[in-house]
Amino acid sequence: MSGLQLPHDELVSVYRTMRMIRRFEERVMDEMSTGDIPGNTHLYAGQEASAVGVCLHLNEDDYISSTHRGHGHSIAKGVEIDGMMAELFGKASGTCGGKGGSQHIADIRKGMLGANGIVAAGAPITCGAALSAKLQGTRQVAVAFAGDGAMNEGVMSESFNLAKIWNLPIVFAIENNGFGEATANEHVSAGSFTRRAESFDIPAIEVDGTDVFAVYTAAGEAVERARNGGGPTMLHILVPRYYGHYSGDPDNYRTPEEKAAMRQERDCLVKFRKHVKEVSLLDTAELDAVDDAVEEEIDRAVAAARAAPLPQLSALLTDVYVKYL
Amino acid sequence: MAKKSFRQALNEALHSEMARDPSVIMMGEDLTGGAGAKGVKDAWGGPFGVTKGLLDAFGPERIRDTPISEAAFIGAAAGAALTGMRPIAEIMFVDFAGVCLDQIMNQAAKFRYMFGGRAKTPLVIRATYGAGSRSGSQHTQALYPIFTHIPGLKVVIPSNPYDAKGLLLQAIRDDDPVIFLEHKMLYDTVGEVPDASYTIPFGEARVVRDGKDVLIVAIGRMVGVAEEAARQLAADGISACVIDPRTTSPLDEDTLLEEAERIGRVVIVDEANPRCSVATDISALFADKCFDALKAPIKLVTAPHTPVPYAPNLEDAYVPTPDAVVKAAKSIARR
Repeated sequence: MSGLQLPHDELVSVYRTMRMIRRFEERVMDEMSTGDIPGNTHLYAGQEASAVGVCLHLNEDDYISSTHRGHGHSIAKGVEIDGMMAELFGKASGTCGGKGGSQHIADIRKGMLGANGIVAAGAPITCGAALSAKLQGTRQVAVAFAGDGAMNEGVMSESFNLAKIWNLPIVFAIENNGFGEATANEHVSAGSFTRRAESFDIPAIEVDGTDVFAVYTAAGEAVERARNGGGPTMLHILVPRYYGHYSGDPDNYRTPEEKAAMRQERDCLVKFRKHVKEVSLLDTAELDAVDDAVEEEIDRAVAAARAAPLPQLSALLTDVYVKYL
Repeated sequence: MAKKSFRQALNEALHSEMARDPSVIMMGEDLTGGAGAKGVKDAWGGPFGVTKGLLDAFGPERIRDTPISEAAFIGAAAGAALTGMRPIAEIMFVDFAGVCLDQIMNQAAKFRYMFGGRAKTPLVIRATYGAGSRSGSQHTQALYPIFTHIPGLKVVIPSNPYDAKGLLLQAIRDDDPVIFLEHKMLYDTVGEVPDASYTIPFGEARVVRDGKDVLIVAIGRMVGVAEEAARQLAADGISACVIDPRTTSPLDEDTLLEEAERIGRVVIVDEANPRCSVATDISALFADKCFDALKAPIKLVTAPHTPVPYAPNLEDAYVPTPDAVVKAAKSIARR
């Protein structure tokens, strides 16, 4: 891990957000098994350091777009977990009034332009947000999170091209968790992702996505470039995916040994704790207290989500248009 | 009032709205033509000359010639609309929607609903449509049924220069995503168009011609076909009412039902392919809501269930003609 020194409060906040994402996802997995969360969901556990390391550089009015695996990005961008949990339960108090669900959590107020059920679809939308910022001269930055699977969608390459020729204030944060759904990335991806970006003259940085300090450093360079008018950057962030593709995935295409090794060797929270202890930045008791506080918040969010009313049936027909007839 | 072409009417609307509202930007392929080249600037002024002169007036930051990357720039337009701009994106031929339908259908159309009403997406997508230019199967379709089917989109199909200007101004000021379809064979048609700005509300059909024996519903270029048919029918003593819905989403069901109930005999003319089309949609509306008032079967005059052919004689046979409309009207007018 790098020797990066963040102020004490920010260090605690980094740990807290990573822990919050981890426990949010683990709790969602538990709650899924009760049958009270409808449908399926795609969990971000294992990848926390990526969302947190990138979003640390963003202001509330900066933009992000996300993937179908969007809970972590949402939390890191400041979307309230009460609303998110209620959204997953399909309740009226959800971030999107229960009409979006896990795969479409969005909160424009926080610059979160949406998780997305269509792979790579957020990339051009984020180019548009970056164009808005550029034309309005706001110095806002837009980050398009996408996975390794998205790299093989044509619109991703189109977006690289558009971002470069229009010199947009954008960062493409490509989280490579090794699998597009149930297929290994090596089986379906030719060449190198960083070289693909570099072929558009977009600077690319490959980074260990289990080291939040490394992600923070790389993202800092990328966000600064974007904010200062230097155009796009691509981050290739290598992360583990703790669960299967979706919550109902038996994940039997990975061996028990490799899954155990992944959790032992590539856990961003364990690594963080070890590092801050080694360099005496935070003590264990302080981190344990964060864990307890996170647990309480999640308990509260789940209880509130369970108690919240379902959307009124009239909500079926609203919000299709601003005004129709 | 000044006579202007359909093309000029659209150009005026774009000029006046860009001057009025700095958040309006345009992007598309060859909106100017010649970008990055050494020769004439604004060389094309758009593939059909609709956007001529905008570059001079508003500059390349607001008039953006894009790469041939519909998925990227339609997506970017959707994203810009979501974040405070009012983009007008142009798909050169609506057939190219095939490569960017995700951004229209899954993204822009659904933001507001999926996001629980917190988003608005004031996006206009202009595209040419329609047969008649001897361009074969991939530059000629009338794909408005696809867009009309999708909740969240509005679909506008002007039939004349006056409506073209008023509907485009409404589209740009509208807070929802609008698909604005321009029949390429209408660009040179001429009509009276005021110099001043005016808007035409969506969902308000125009009664093109009053009549009492048969109701002809037609949209886009087919309105002219219906009018010609009505003139021929009048010569035979049949009085035809022609209605142009102008927008297929929202659809002015009230006016359509009122006239269908009054007249009781209906012909629907549609340049689109016949299955799951606007013609079948309006026909279903009548069958469902005013069946008892109908005095004869509803007649549909549409393109056949084929791609648009290239050979001139085949393409002419593909597009509904006044003769076909007259024949359909006569088959029910005296029952």
